Amino acid sequence: MITRLLSTVFITRLVSVLTTLFGISIFVFIVLRVIPGDSITGSLGIETGALNPEQIAALKVYYGIDKSLVGQYFSWMGAFLSGDFGFAYSNGVSVLELTKSSLPVTIQLALFGTILGVVMGISVGMFSASKPGSTRDFAGQFFGLLALAIPGFVLSTAIVTIMANVFGYFPNGYEYMAPWEDPWMNFQQMMFPALVLGIAVAAPVMRTTRSALLETVDKDFIRTAYGKGVKHKVVQFKHVLRNSLIPIVTMTGIQFGYLLGGAVITEKIFAMPGMGRQILDAINKREYATVQSSVMIFAIMFVMINLITDIIYRRIDPRIK
Amino acid sequence: MREKTWFSYYLKSTSGVVGGVLVLIMVVISLLSAFGITPHDPLIQDPVNALQGPSSQYWFGTDQFGRDILSRCMDGMRRSMTVSITAVSIATLVGVFLGVVGGYFGKVLDGFVVRFSDVIFAFPAILLALAIVNSLGNSWIDTSLAIAVVYTPIFIRVARGPVLSVKEMDYVKAVRILGFSTPKVLFSHILPNVLPTIVIQVALSMSWAILTESGLSFLGLGTQPPDASLGLMVSEAQALAAFAWWTLAFPSLFITIAVVGLNLVGDGLRDSLDPARRSS
Repeated sequence: MITRLLSTVFITRLVSVLTTLFGISIFVFIVLRVIPGDSITGSLGIETGALNPEQIAALKVYYGIDKSLVGQYFSWMGAFLSGDFGFAYSNGVSVLELTKSSLPVTIQLALFGTILGVVMGISVGMFSASKPGSTRDFAGQFFGLLALAIPGFVLSTAIVTIMANVFGYFPNGYEYMAPWEDPWMNFQQMMFPALVLGIAVAAPVMRTTRSALLETVDKDFIRTAYGKGVKHKVVQFKHVLRNSLIPIVTMTGIQFGYLLGGAVITEKIFAMPGMGRQILDAINKREYATVQSSVMIFAIMFVMINLITDIIYRRIDPRIK
Repeated sequence: MREKTWFSYYLKSTSGVVGGVLVLIMVVISLLSAFGITPHDPLIQDPVNALQGPSSQYWFGTDQFGRDILSRCMDGMRRSMTVSITAVSIATLVGVFLGVVGGYFGKVLDGFVVRFSDVIFAFPAILLALAIVNSLGNSWIDTSLAIAVVYTPIFIRVARGPVLSVKEMDYVKAVRILGFSTPKVLFSHILPNVLPTIVIQVALSMSWAILTESGLSFLGLGTQPPDASLGLMVSEAQALAAFAWWTLAFPSLFITIAVVGLNLVGDGLRDSLDPARRSS
């Protein structure tokens, strides 16, 4: 009975995930075709005007844009499902190769950013909630507000300016190093962009932590714990924090998902060769296959993270069935 | 009566008052600039006075072409505000309509609406806006439309959730049995109950819209030079900030004040519109 119920839940979930992904694939396909210009003008620019009709026709075949729109969609989808993500013409490699080098950058950056953000957010949130209405609460909330309001690109620009010009230190000016090539260099290059992203994550995590903690503190079982003579610190961490985790985990999941896709500007400023930059470049060059496949990879990750967040919930709170 | 109560609660909220003042300042600045009242012409170049620090003549200093940064900040704020208001208005109208209608009628229509918002949600916001601005163009209307598409799903969710619970309530069943037409039930009986949540969301979304707009213009989309835009000014300051801090500091300050203000207004609204929070 229970397994049957679970499998129905699972199948409904799966169906909704698949339809969402299908919708995304159509959406990205259409948005890209609406953008004026195509792969030919994207790679040749104004020189396109010098081409004769035969050359244009040949290039259209080369870029795979000679077929009808429906045909283009299905040939892309078919290839994508069989693991062929297309060819990134300007880079001269397959989109799979390109993604193999850019995806780890984005994931590492998002992980670092999220970890930093969660640590900062939960600490400031706990700091704030420990004495609601006090100066420290005000300071904590002020931090949360500023972290929310200062755009990442402002923070990045300020950090780059200060570090490079005042301290003459700017690791991102060098060629990007993967962690297995040069771990120390990689760490230095990750540090600043991860800090910028972390601050953006810290703001909502801090707010969620604070309000969740304040809500839990009022519960009867906390009073009981204090009544039993449990130490303040133990109550704070084992009872209050533990029971406030669900909204915090949800918020963290959402933020991690955003970071995977939302780090476009940060990646650009710090010259990190991640997925965000890959898509940005590909949009500018009208490389349909690269954009479409990269966005699909993003979307699949995003949906997966939501699914994982859901599983973690169930772990934390046995009441959710 | 109800209006008065709400407002007196709002005035009790420190966040609400501070935020209200900050937003008011930015609105006044935008309006002044809209009527052409700025200390200098934001477009006029004065190469002799290029990259001057803040002074009594140029309060916020000048940029690399000798243009007055205060005037350009004011003009940029006007653009950000215009885009933000337009985008959020469109997103609110479309999102609330779809959310209320989808939530009320359920079934296929609702499934479609929910799927649509899931699809847009799974997109990184800035990338989506980027792709749309790329396809539409760089006028403020195009930017507004792009941002509206990004924020519509939020309003769908915000409106749909409460509708799902409100439509099962006895009073709604009662008016339905009384024979009120569906639009009447939807918009006179259900919508008012969803309104507080939407109003709060409008304030917050406006602040995100300002961030998205400045992010887009930072990337070179949206407002084009020589017109002033806060994001573009920050982008240009990348090369200048090392020896002319004011080129970076003031446009950043304007964005931050506007976003902080709108967020505080959102907090104030939440404190005053939610009966459960009023007691505190």
